[in-house]
Amino acid sequence: MVKKKESTLINMVIVLFLITLAAGLSLGYVNDITLEPKAKARLAKKMRALNVVLPQFNNNPISEGHLMKMADVKDSVEIYPAAKDGVFVGAAVTGVSERGYSGLVKLMVGFEPDGNIINIAVLEQKETPGLGTKMKGEKFLRQFRGKHPADFDLKVRKDGGEVDALAGATISTRAFSEATQQAYDAYLAFRERNLKSDK
Amino acid sequence: MGNSGELKQNFLKGIIKENPVFVMLLGMCPTLGVTSSAFNGLGMGLATLFVLLMSNIVVSIIKSQIPNKVRIPAFIVIIASFVTIVEMVLEAYIPFLYEQLGIFIPLIVVNCLILGRAEAFASKNNLMASVVDALGMGIGFVIALTALGATREILGSGSIFEFRFVSEDANTLILFILPPGAFVALAYLAIAFNRLTHKVL
Repeated sequence: MVKKKESTLINMVIVLFLITLAAGLSLGYVNDITLEPKAKARLAKKMRALNVVLPQFNNNPISEGHLMKMADVKDSVEIYPAAKDGVFVGAAVTGVSERGYSGLVKLMVGFEPDGNIINIAVLEQKETPGLGTKMKGEKFLRQFRGKHPADFDLKVRKDGGEVDALAGATISTRAFSEATQQAYDAYLAFRERNLKSDK
Repeated sequence: MGNSGELKQNFLKGIIKENPVFVMLLGMCPTLGVTSSAFNGLGMGLATLFVLLMSNIVVSIIKSQIPNKVRIPAFIVIIASFVTIVEMVLEAYIPFLYEQLGIFIPLIVVNCLILGRAEAFASKNNLMASVVDALGMGIGFVIALTALGATREILGSGSIFEFRFVSEDANTLILFILPPGAFVALAYLAIAFNRLTHKVL
């Protein structure tokens, strides 16, 4: 049997202090060295999503991107305008819903200048594997492409809309639709603001 | 302690005789929570294996310095630190897995398997034995979670490691990827595991 240090007050204080100190230092160190890769991973993910949802562009949407505050959205909406040879060709807008089957669903929706949906990429979701996660599948996403939210009701069919729900994942589909609708609203607000500033 | 026969015994007990999931039923929260696919089970198993190994090593090294009355807080701080390190490293280098496991990574802290091994084994044994113990228990945990994840994925999604072998529209047993299916699958796997090991040993 190992002989242990006596449990005197001073021993306990010193040992716990040293352990927490060592823990704090090593955590700080790891945090420092992973800071850059973490930011890089997030950026790469964003870039991948932008490439999927936007038409060909040769500006840098991320550096030209901006945050917009919407009345009924907790976090600011991110908007990334895309331009080809200086001409505005569309924008990618994030949309969020917290009413997924297990919380947050975050999307990136690409819009043509007139508001048609180009494509949608799922940024974050924790839906049930095999059910809600099918929202990333081609078969589900296909129904949104080329649709204009003004005449394509972004609600699940069960709720009187036009979105075909994923089998067994109506709640996930609802969250997806809600996030898409939110992105569209943000895009409209963004376009309006830009029109004003152009004049 | 020290001869290789004993070490081997020590290693194998974690995988078979005292398998943390199928025999001791430890760490049920991640076991039931994340194993909806084989990949998730494997990832969670490996993350736990790493934390278990590191915490066993550290606890074994400093065991004689820890006063008995504060040993639990000391162990928890050590375990929590390694869990946070795993979390940061996963986010930086394997973001896909980080998102999949989500809240279950921080919850490795309260996996009683890890605290259990620190308290019951590493704080009483030398470094070598503690490493072997952690590897045995950790691998036992990885095998169990991957098996459970694979079973649920095959039955529930009709795929294995995301490789689909039925069409996307096929009716699979959705129950198995939902929480109740985790209990059902775990129960039958535990029965099969104990039957098999009973015969072999």
